[in-house]
Amino acid sequence: MFLKYCLKDSVPVTGLCPQAGSYGVQDSLRRGFSSVKNELLPSHPLELSEKNFQLNQDKMNFNTLRNIQGLHAPLKLQMEYRAARQIQRLPFLPSSNLALDTLRGSDDSIGFEDILNDPVQSEMMGDPHIMTEYKLGVL
Amino acid sequence: MATVSVCQYHRGGFSFENCKRNALLEADINKLGFSSPAARKTGTTICGVVYKDGVVLGADTRATEGMVVADKNCSKIHYISPNVYCCGAGTAADTEMTTQIISSNLELHSLSTGRLPRVATANRMLKQMLFRYQGYIGAALVLGGVDSTGPQLYSIYPHGSTDKLPYVTMGSGSLAAMAVFEDRYRPNMEEEEAKRLVRDAIAAGIFNDLGSGSNIDLCVITKGKVDYLRPHDVANKKGVREDKINGRPETGNYRYKHGTTGVLTKAVTPLNLEVVEESVQTMDTS
Repeated sequence: MFLKYCLKDSVPVTGLCPQAGSYGVQDSLRRGFSSVKNELLPSHPLELSEKNFQLNQDKMNFNTLRNIQGLHAPLKLQMEYRAARQIQRLPFLPSSNLALDTLRGSDDSIGFEDILNDPVQSEMMGDPHIMTEYKLGVL
Repeated sequence: MATVSVCQYHRGGFSFENCKRNALLEADINKLGFSSPAARKTGTTICGVVYKDGVVLGADTRATEGMVVADKNCSKIHYISPNVYCCGAGTAADTEMTTQIISSNLELHSLSTGRLPRVATANRMLKQMLFRYQGYIGAALVLGGVDSTGPQLYSIYPHGSTDKLPYVTMGSGSLAAMAVFEDRYRPNMEEEEAKRLVRDAIAAGIFNDLGSGSNIDLCVITKGKVDYLRPHDVANKKGVREDKINGRPETGNYRYKHGTTGVLTKAVTPLNLEVVEESVQTMDTS
């Protein structure tokens, strides 16, 4: 049963709940109404593992790197990741994440995330004002 | 609501938004007695064999959608790289997209390394992707090719396990094809013998399995050369309709040839008529 999966370092099950706002409770204003039944179990066995896939891969790679080369290697890499992650466009515009892709090595591979549901071609866009306010912490 | 999308980073890839709705719809439809549309599968016979100089891959050409034949001549041998081809069984869309993605990845990889890609690389990429999706991508593949380490053949199951073997079969007709292989395979065959063996194995699948049919496609891969024989053999010819024998389609033609009924007597009586009046009345076409 998918809820029992337990890798010690992976993101816990509560990561499924998208409704928690800044105080940890349901944030109806920003995220709309919620129902416990919808959030308790994932709607598809793959939903959890897909949501956390990139994180788990990174964790696994960093662990291996740490075991082989010592603590400094993942430390330096994570610093670079953090720096590259900050190179973004305005909050409501999709950014190419080129530096992050190059660091990860995903710039020369194609997966389902490039073909299906491309964020660049998404029909919905967040309201620019609200998103910038949220980013600046003014909301 | 615009505020809904404030905090969610929109990621690409599979979206599971409609899964609950689909499950509810499925339950409702089943209660009413109908069944939801079935995905197009390639209930199939695919096989491959390693011979002296390379690899021969074979496949039938029928795609089914439930109990109906959806495509009488579909191509199941997919291109992965100039020296690697892959036969796919299972859900048609899954095999198609999976092989295309792996083909793109392999091309990027070979551009990056500057070398001809290896079959083992394609195998590794495929098994990692299929395992990631835990068998929900229904693609059972036979991967074969020739690279710097020689001819190789792999079979890859939908859950991500692979086998490296000298002869493999997959699909609903795999048992029929495997029976032929087990009887007549021997190592280091010649090309003609290997092609005949694969052709017979696929024919066994076509004639003994409902999910396989139509023609037999072959792909012979050797070092530096690929022969894609499509169709190699038309095992199931469609019959010719009676009224098309003359070349012209005469549907619903109930004319009998002269002499069908014997003539006993013949009497001709001319009828002499006089033309009295002739008038032409134009049609009102306004």
